[in-house]
Amino acid sequence: MKSLAELEAIRKATLSKINLRTEEKGETTRIVIGMATCGIAAGARPVMLSFVDEVQKRQLNHVTVSQTGCVGMCRLEPMVDVYVPGQEKVTYVHVKPEMVPRIVAEHVVNGRPVQEYTIGAAEDK
Amino acid sequence: MKEIALHLLDIVQNSVRAGASQVEIAFLLGEDRMLEMRVKDDGCGMSPEFVAEVTSPFVTTRTTRKIGLGIPLLLQNTMASGGNVHIDSEVGKGTVITALWQTSSIDCLPLGDLASTMASLVMGNPDKPEFSLICRSPQGEMTFSTREVRAVLGEDVSLAEPDVVRWIQESIQEEIEPILGGIMR
Repeated sequence: MKSLAELEAIRKATLSKINLRTEEKGETTRIVIGMATCGIAAGARPVMLSFVDEVQKRQLNHVTVSQTGCVGMCRLEPMVDVYVPGQEKVTYVHVKPEMVPRIVAEHVVNGRPVQEYTIGAAEDK
Repeated sequence: MKEIALHLLDIVQNSVRAGASQVEIAFLLGEDRMLEMRVKDDGCGMSPEFVAEVTSPFVTTRTTRKIGLGIPLLLQNTMASGGNVHIDSEVGKGTVITALWQTSSIDCLPLGDLASTMASLVMGNPDKPEFSLICRSPQGEMTFSTREVRAVLGEDVSLAEPDVVRWIQESIQEEIEPILGGIMR
């Protein structure tokens, strides 16, 4: 395995971030990506890693990225649900890595969902 | 699926749902350019009857609907290159899935982004199971294990932390390139 010394540095940096998180006591925003056979085949893996990158770049300590299975709307994959505390869940469909920075900036950070990427907009077409 | 690594991501979900606490992944590329992907778990296992019919798209343990495509798609893709899938399973002990591809075939899928698949697996399952990876070819060998990562991180830092996920992806990528780089793209 690659140098574990680097990992040790990551551990220290993360521990101080975790402390900050508990001090700030903000509520957590959750980003959940569909990663069943349908999601994976449609391109969910790069989408998930783009969310991880974006969260890391912006140092968003109150945001978690996780995975879920198939919700039965395979034709709309890759699908991403964003749960901002105090707001209704927003479902994005046909998500591509290029769309991720905008979803994070406008929705996760500023609280305004990107309407044109949502399931509502896709179903109206 | 466009990559062998995407099949891996998909097939390991079965191990996770089978309640595995250890998933051992191996990619072995021989002199004859045959690639073996082996996924061994200690999950709940399958009965011989279930193994016999699991390659059918109309068999699944899922109760929400009656079809599952993971193993049928894997079988189809290996066979296109002249390979095959072998399933060895025992109830209560676990399952070993072995998939073979003939990488010299024009119809063989590229290995693809194995490092991203490993990062996604760890990210999605940060607490359980433990994952190990071994890649071997005539060019050399590499190993990775979440146990070792966990030992350094301790109890307070999750493997799903973005910085950790990124490190896992980069370190695996760096190490498999010289070993399996020839079949990645």
